[in-house]
Parts: sequence; structure tokens; C-alpha cells
Amino acid sequence: MNDRFEIPARLRNTSLALIGVGVLTLIMGAVMLLSGNDMDKTRFWAVLLHDSVFFTFITGVSIFVQAAVSLAQGAWLTAYRRVPEAIGANVWVFGLITLVVTLAIIFGFRVHGVNTIYPWVTPGDDKILLGKKPFLNTGMFVAFSVATVALWSFFGMKFRSYSIAQESAPKNDTKIYWKVFRLSGLFLIVYGLSQMSTIPWLWVMSIQAHWFSTLFSWYTFASAFVSGMSLIMLWVVYLKNQGNLELVTKEHMHDLAKFMFAFSIFWTYLWFAQYMLIWYANIPDETVYFKLRQHGPYSVIFYANFIINFCMPIIILMARPSKRNYFTVTFMAMLIIFGHWLDYFQMIMPGPLGAHWHINWYEIGTFMGFVGILIFAVSRSLAKASLIQHNSILLKETAVHIA
Amino acid sequence: MAIKKFAVAAYDDEEVLFPAVSKVRHSGYKLHDIYTPFPVHGLDVAMGLKETDLHIAGFIYGLCGTSTAVGFISWIYTSDWPINYGGKPHFALPAWIPVTFELTVLFAAVGMVLTFCYLNQIMPGVKKHVFHPRQSDDLFVVALELNDHTSEEEAIAFLKSTGAKETSVQMAEEGWWYGRWDKEEEYEKLNTSIAR
Repeated sequence: MNDRFEIPARLRNTSLALIGVGVLTLIMGAVMLLSGNDMDKTRFWAVLLHDSVFFTFITGVSIFVQAAVSLAQGAWLTAYRRVPEAIGANVWVFGLITLVVTLAIIFGFRVHGVNTIYPWVTPGDDKILLGKKPFLNTGMFVAFSVATVALWSFFGMKFRSYSIAQESAPKNDTKIYWKVFRLSGLFLIVYGLSQMSTIPWLWVMSIQAHWFSTLFSWYTFASAFVSGMSLIMLWVVYLKNQGNLELVTKEHMHDLAKFMFAFSIFWTYLWFAQYMLIWYANIPDETVYFKLRQHGPYSVIFYANFIINFCMPIIILMARPSKRNYFTVTFMAMLIIFGHWLDYFQMIMPGPLGAHWHINWYEIGTFMGFVGILIFAVSRSLAKASLIQHNSILLKETAVHIA
Repeated sequence: MAIKKFAVAAYDDEEVLFPAVSKVRHSGYKLHDIYTPFPVHGLDVAMGLKETDLHIAGFIYGLCGTSTAVGFISWIYTSDWPINYGGKPHFALPAWIPVTFELTVLFAAVGMVLTFCYLNQIMPGVKKHVFHPRQSDDLFVVALELNDHTSEEEAIAFLKSTGAKETSVQMAEEGWWYGRWDKEEEYEKLNTSIAR
């Protein structure tokens, strides 16, 4: 069986070129934007924050998927479990970047003495921000961010190392299987308390610190989850095209595509639940969020977001044959990742930048840099171990899996 | 529907059933249906059944539900009886989405259940011929449709050669019917007249 993945020179060169573009963009941004006007300085940091948060979330989903499937004792993932493992083991890269960026913004970024990205850092005599001080303060922010990044990195690497250890365990040995089972339960608690609640509040929602929504974290999770599944799908399709992952059949692809389809609808459900309640209640404190986005300078992105992330998946991915077709599935995975990148864009940018948003060389270059890091790190991890979980007790079940 | 003649075979093992089904398909006999006590994976493929179109019907029912909801609500609130609710526009689409969604699901669900019942010719309170009393217990029952040109003896001999435990020839209504079991008594008369 062709269970080893050797990084093709083309993939390595592409990823290095993308990283080069990212580094160049960062240097150019530092030179051109940091010496520019107030909006340029804010844009420099806001774009870095946007991409680092987005990539941390979508890679973190891979750990969540492993934990959820282990706990449900599902076998459908086992055929390509090395892919989420390799992505999950590299969460620390993006977590570290996010920590550096957020801490730099909190401690080092001021425009005329005011932090325009996280306004609660410099509340002045703003009564609302002072009232939120017990939660929204630098101590809480640093503690939650460091704990989350550390725990995600730990679990991501731990799941992978257990999975590799299973290969050299005695045949039909279930010790590691139950260890991973227990660890998965623990990780779901960690994930529930980070991604599904506190971390989006701190990293994303506190950018417009006056405004709040109780289902915001759930909504950002849905957004991250559907793009994280698309990311796994892209890697699976790539490895299939390289001639690896023989155990993966159209049935497994169908399962992944079902997740892409179903969670696009789930995202829309949460997106709409948040929107409709605010629209219906019509309280100025709350509608300020959508005034900027729907009727203000972001209306293009607002509607594009809805069309890309709801209308296109429901039309294209609903039929069974399109979920089993490599082309439609790859196209939709890329589209969904881009769509949710836009979704995070319109969550983060309106607060600090207002009408002065761009999707231009700096935004695109930074995005390409992060994609380069992702490809480089994940392909290295994939090449280090066998692509099939040999000796896994679920291997036979996954081989005969039917969607 | 019409009353037709069937050659019926009962098998007691899946491992005998699958080769038998494939022999039936190759023999040229018309396979009416197979009745099993539980869902047998792969039997639909072995029987050569085509992929169902039920989900396309479901999609169409869903669209009917969506258009019914949007059409009816918008007619009421924009032309028939416009009311000002908290300063909202008369055409207040976001407020109608939940109702629209529910009607879409309701139409699709109810429509698909009814279509499913029609396709399988089953419905609570509606009668359908039972080929073998143990077909819902522990036997796999295969029914072949016979016509004037097929020989009963040959069909029975063929079914026995595929490993059938029990065989019979029955006159039966192939679809469903509504009413009393009178029809069943008619069959009894017909069936007793068939030499076995």
C-alpha cells in the first residue's frame, strides 16, 4: 500500500513562494502602512488579526472533529484521520501568531492614545466599557488567550502522537483507543469553554466592545467548522490525486461533503437568528452592528457573504452526485473557505476601519502568506508518518464504510 | 389494479437468497418483489432496483411549501390586510422566514411520506396481499409474476432448484385496495382451484 506521502517539489515550492509573498507583504505593510495615516496603521494590525484568528479557528476545528468522532466511536474518519491529525498538530503555529498579534495590538498599538481595534483597552471615562471591565481587561484577555492556545496545541499534538503510538502497539490493543476516548471528552470541555464561548468574545466580539450578541461565539464556531471541514476535504482530494489514501472512497468524500453542506445551512441558521432578533427588536444599541454592515460601506460584503455561504452551497451541494464529484467538491471547498474568510472580514473590519476598508494587495498578500504557512506545516507533518492508521481497531470498519 | 398469478418462494437464509435473486434475474422471470423481515443491505442492488426519485419529489414539495408561505403571507400583509407592526415595512421578509421554513419542511415531509406510501402501495387501514404469513417473521419471500405463457411447473421447479424452502402459486391483487378482506376470500376460491 502506498501509505507514505512524499512532499512533491511543486507543493513545497508553492508553499515557500506563498510564504515569501506573505513575508514581503508584511515588510511592505510595515514600511508603507505603519508610516501612513491613522487608518493605515489600524489596517496593518486589523488585517493581521483577521487572518491569524481565521486560520487558528479553522485549523482548531480539526482537533474538534477528531475529539467528536472519537467520542462517538465513529469509524468514518479513520480512513483519512491522519489529515485532521496533521492539521491539528500545527494549530500551535497559528495560535502563536495570534498570540503575538493580539498581544502586540493590546500592549503596543495606540492611535493618539486610543486603541482603535480593542477600544476596551483604553476605556477613558466610557461608562459602558468601564462596566465591562471585570471581564474585558488585559489580564483576562491574556489568561484566556494563552490558556486556549496552549491547550489546543497540547491536545492537537497529543491526539497525533497517540495515533502514531497505536501503530507500534500490540495487535488489537485497545489501551490507546480508550485513552484517546477519555482525552476527547476533556478536549470537548476545553473547546466548549474556548471556541464556543470565551475566545470569540475576546478576540472578535470585543472589537465593537459596546455591542454584544449572546450567540456570537456559536456563530463564529459554525463559520469556522464549515471552513475547517472544507480544509480537510481539500487535503483529502489533494492526497487522493497524489495516489495516496487508497482506503478513502467516494463514500468517505460523500460524508465530508455532507458536513460542508449541512453546516453551511447551520451557519445560515445562526446568522439569521442573530440578524432577525436584532432586526425585530430594533434597539439602537444592537442595530448599530448591522447598520454598518448591511446599509453602510460593507453592504457588498454582507450580501456576498450570504450568497457565497448559503445560496451557493444549497444549490450546488444539495444533490447527491455533486457531493461525490471531485470537481464540485473541490470548487465548493475553496469557495466556502473564501466565503467564511469574508465572513470574518465583516466581523472584524467595520469596528476599527469603518468605511476605509480595502481588499487589496495587503489583505490578499497576508492571506497568501498564511495559506503558505498552512501548506508548508501540514505537508511536513503528513510526510512524517504513514498516511494510514495501521493497527487501528477501526480500520476494517472504515474500509467498508458506506455513507 | 389487476389480479395476477404469482410463483412464490420462501427462503430461510440470506446466503441462499442472494444467489437465488441473481439466478432469477438471469433466468428472465419477472421479479415482482422480495419481502424480508428486516432491511437487507445490498438487496436493492442485487434486485437491480433503480435509485429512487423520492428526493426529487421532496424538493418539489419543499418549493411548493416555500412559495405557498411567501405568497400567502405577502398577499395578506401587503394587499389584503396591511397592518403596521412596530413601524416595520409591510413586506417584512425576515419576520416571515421562520414560518416559510416551517411550511417548507411540513410540505416536504408530508408530501414525501404520502409519496412513499403510494410508491410502496402501503397505508394504514389499506389492504395489501400477503404472500406468506412468515414474511415479516423469519422468512425471505420472493414473488415472481407469471403470465399466460409461463409454465407454473417450470417456475416452481426453478425456484426449488435455487434452494427455496417452500413454494406456491398464488392468484393475487398486486396493488393496494381499500375496504374489507372480501378480496382475500375470492383469492381463496381461486387458489383452491389451482392444482398444486
